[in-house]
Amino acid sequence: MLRYALLRIARALVTVSLIVSIAFVILRLSGDPAIIILGPEAPPEAFKAFRHAWGLDQPIWVQYLKYFNAIFHGDLGNSMRDGRSALEVVGERIPLTLAITIPALFLKVLIGLPAGVYAALHRNTAIDRLIMTLSVFGFTVPSFVLGLVLAMIFAVKLGWLPSGGSDTWLHAVLPIFTMGMIGAAVIARFTRSAMLEVLGQPYIRTASAKGLVWRDVVVAHALPNAAIPTLTIVGFMVGSLVAGAVVVESVFSWPGVGRLLVTAVANRDLAVVQVILLFVGFTMVLANLIVDLLYGWVDPRLRTKRLQAGT
Amino acid sequence: MRPLLSVRDIKRHYQVRVPGGFFGRDALLKAVDGLTFDIKRGETLGLVGESGCGKSTTARLVMGHIPLTAGSVAFDGQPVTARHDSDWRAMRRRMQMVYQDTLGALDRRLTISDQIGEPFAIHEPLMTARQRHERALSLMDSVGLRADMAGRFPHELSGGQRQRVVIARALALSPDLLVCDEPVSALDVSIQAQVLNLLDDLREQTGFAALFISHDLKVVRQMSDRVAVMYLGKIVETGAPEAVFKRAQHPYTKALISAIPTPRNRGRRERIVLEGDPPSPVDVPPGCAFHTRCPLAMAQCRLDTPLLSGDGDHLVACHAIHQTAQSAPLAAE
Amino acid sequence: METQLSIRDLTVDFDQGRQFVRALHGVSLDIAVGETIGVVGESGCGKSITWLAALGLLGKRATLSGSVKLAGTELIGASEKQLSSLRGGKIAMIFQDPSSSLNPVHRIGHQLGESLRLHRGMMGEQASAETMRLLDRVGIANARQRLNEYPHEMSGGMNQRIMIAMALAGEPDILIADEPTTALDATIQAQILDLLRELSRENGMALVLISHDLGVVADMAERVAVMYCGRVIETARTDAIFDNPTHPYTRGLIAALPDLEGPKRRLASIPGTVPPPDQLPPGCSFAPRCTHATPLCDVALPALLPVGPAAGHSVACIHSGPLRVEKSKAPARQSLTAELEPA
Repeated sequence: MLRYALLRIARALVTVSLIVSIAFVILRLSGDPAIIILGPEAPPEAFKAFRHAWGLDQPIWVQYLKYFNAIFHGDLGNSMRDGRSALEVVGERIPLTLAITIPALFLKVLIGLPAGVYAALHRNTAIDRLIMTLSVFGFTVPSFVLGLVLAMIFAVKLGWLPSGGSDTWLHAVLPIFTMGMIGAAVIARFTRSAMLEVLGQPYIRTASAKGLVWRDVVVAHALPNAAIPTLTIVGFMVGSLVAGAVVVESVFSWPGVGRLLVTAVANRDLAVVQVILLFVGFTMVLANLIVDLLYGWVDPRLRTKRLQAGT
Repeated sequence: MRPLLSVRDIKRHYQVRVPGGFFGRDALLKAVDGLTFDIKRGETLGLVGESGCGKSTTARLVMGHIPLTAGSVAFDGQPVTARHDSDWRAMRRRMQMVYQDTLGALDRRLTISDQIGEPFAIHEPLMTARQRHERALSLMDSVGLRADMAGRFPHELSGGQRQRVVIARALALSPDLLVCDEPVSALDVSIQAQVLNLLDDLREQTGFAALFISHDLKVVRQMSDRVAVMYLGKIVETGAPEAVFKRAQHPYTKALISAIPTPRNRGRRERIVLEGDPPSPVDVPPGCAFHTRCPLAMAQCRLDTPLLSGDGDHLVACHAIHQTAQSAPLAAE
Repeated sequence: METQLSIRDLTVDFDQGRQFVRALHGVSLDIAVGETIGVVGESGCGKSITWLAALGLLGKRATLSGSVKLAGTELIGASEKQLSSLRGGKIAMIFQDPSSSLNPVHRIGHQLGESLRLHRGMMGEQASAETMRLLDRVGIANARQRLNEYPHEMSGGMNQRIMIAMALAGEPDILIADEPTTALDATIQAQILDLLRELSRENGMALVLISHDLGVVADMAERVAVMYCGRVIETARTDAIFDNPTHPYTRGLIAALPDLEGPKRRLASIPGTVPPPDQLPPGCSFAPRCTHATPLCDVALPALLPVGPAAGHSVACIHSGPLRVEKSKAPARQSLTAELEPA
């Protein structure tokens, strides 16, 4: 098990460094931070000094090696914009993002799971069709459209909630709701198909044949099995707690990591972008790892299979 | 005369990891562990045994679908390997396979006649589409499929009809050897009889040799000129069906036969119920693999692997049997 | 003999969205206390559906009519609560594929304990002692250790033993075994059949053995019912069925079966295939495949009526009388036992 975990982490490190490398190349090739930060009107000496200070005058592969060298020594660089440590700049935004993504995650699970289970248990009834229609709607409509529509209704027309900013907890309601609805739709659909698959299994018939009433068959025999595939999608959502709010934060002007990423990319503020990518990578990897370990816990078959596969 | 198929001491081992210790441990799964047999032209050898005994692996080794770990397979004097070169393809014309899972064996996007005509498209590129279709129709006729089914797709047919399609396709190029892996196991009794009779008739007409694999002793007896009983990767008894099934010698064969209830032997069969499950092919017991469940097991069985021997065609791999056979003439003196 | 379970005119219709398809066309059967009855037929004949319907396990898409009485209690139309207390209690069922019939995420001990809690109110120490006794009874060594294992850690044969132990937990009066050995190897099948035989004798438990395998049924059953297209077409004591099969379908099934003994013969196959349930012919369902069929067979639906001297031998064929006569005139093809050479 330990070896399995270590192997997974090593693989994840490779993935993250690939992502960071690609981001490095793209950002460097797609615009000069000096022009963007200092403005095109700045004197040539200022450009030269800026480029020298940030090492931008060196060949790109030297910059690249230096950058990775620094990371291995624990130095993630400074923001080109205000010179502060990039880690600090990103770090102060994380709580704000989590303040909307964690409640949204609860909303997704609390609505999505029961809706999916209910739809599966009442397959082909009007309620099942209603839930599935809403679900299809939920994950085909882009989050910025849903966000804007909700803002129109609750902020502009009804005036109940603010449409943007982060001053009070009321400001968090619309972003949370927007993300929650979309995630719930995804979870509902996954849960429904997982449940339907499980309900068709012979052991469900066995559970009925041994004299359990239907409710207990569902609770004690169907749900634990249906949880296994559903876990993947929930794990993925946990993994995107830090990065998953880019669009919604932009729509509602919520000053979280997502909005920071958008501005940092626009400024070609490399260090900040890289730190965010590293954070995102690590949360994804961590979530995946946790999901994998949970799998072994919920599905006893995997414990032995994994050993047989030799990974 | 040279046998059509000559199989010499073939083995197929797999490296696997099994639960045990903290991370599991490496183990060797011996799916097939030293098989030797011949099939003469026009002859049918029945291979019978329970799940995990290696009979399906044997089929795939004989066909060259998977590489041998050791030993050799020769088809009409040519070695069969798992290297998919032009020799292998040329040999494919002459050895064909029939499977249990007919839906998996057929391409679900091709019509029945295209399906049956496919071997011509591969091996006789000069044949026109029209000629292919005509050949397919005549093959359909010979396996008892109506011409109006030509345009149908596999999922529109019943299991028995699909197996007829698989057989027609396998016989399209008039192969010398047909390897049948559980060809009727998925079929109902009445349909099973139809397919078995069909194979019998086609064999009469075209004279192909066959390796007929089944877990069903009754079916194997019905179809075979010779049978071989497998247990954990080895042949334990082989001979003519009448000899093996009526005068079984190996304790495993005896137990297997006594375990088959039929309407005929109802209430009067000798019952030998073996205890326990067969050991996993990962943990094949040393010596005779059957000794853990054998009523006749002696000390020697735990140490030495018995070899197939006997007089004439009826061979048995069992120390207990060999010992009595040796001591019998002594007692007579 | 006292009747344990009585089925009368049981029909099952499945709602297929656009139409109702009748899968069972009025099945009537009686099972006496402690009796072993074999139900044979090919796939789609309704042999499993009969019993799933009797236990109310077919779900909402099935509409049932007729009557199923378990020791006087009517099961058709009974409340879900009433049915579930009988299921796994007075009437237990085991299935074809033991390994997927057990829940993969629960330990063996837990799954057995559940039955004990439901039907005998046992918990804790008492339940685990009884669980071990049951495992021991079905021939599983190392019961204490097995309690903590999962189904995938065991062979198919062992899982079927566990299914049987679970069925025994409710101390049933009747056990329905739906193809209990079809997924198992021959030597394991022999073990499981022996176990079922012993248990039924020991506990005076009636056994319904559903199987496509005539050999298994001949070996185990005291009485046999042969089903075709949702109807019982012949029923009799086991000896009568196999020595004097009367319905052309029963005869066909027996003749289609290869044998291990006797001279090797060409198999007599039944032409054609089983019609799908929504395309049954108007008269006798077997008529299109029957060599004895006359024009009358295409219109008249034969009733299951007593024939011959053997008590309880009934056949649903309008030619059953002449067929039996023809049989006695042709001694070469008479009874199977007549062909047998001394072993």
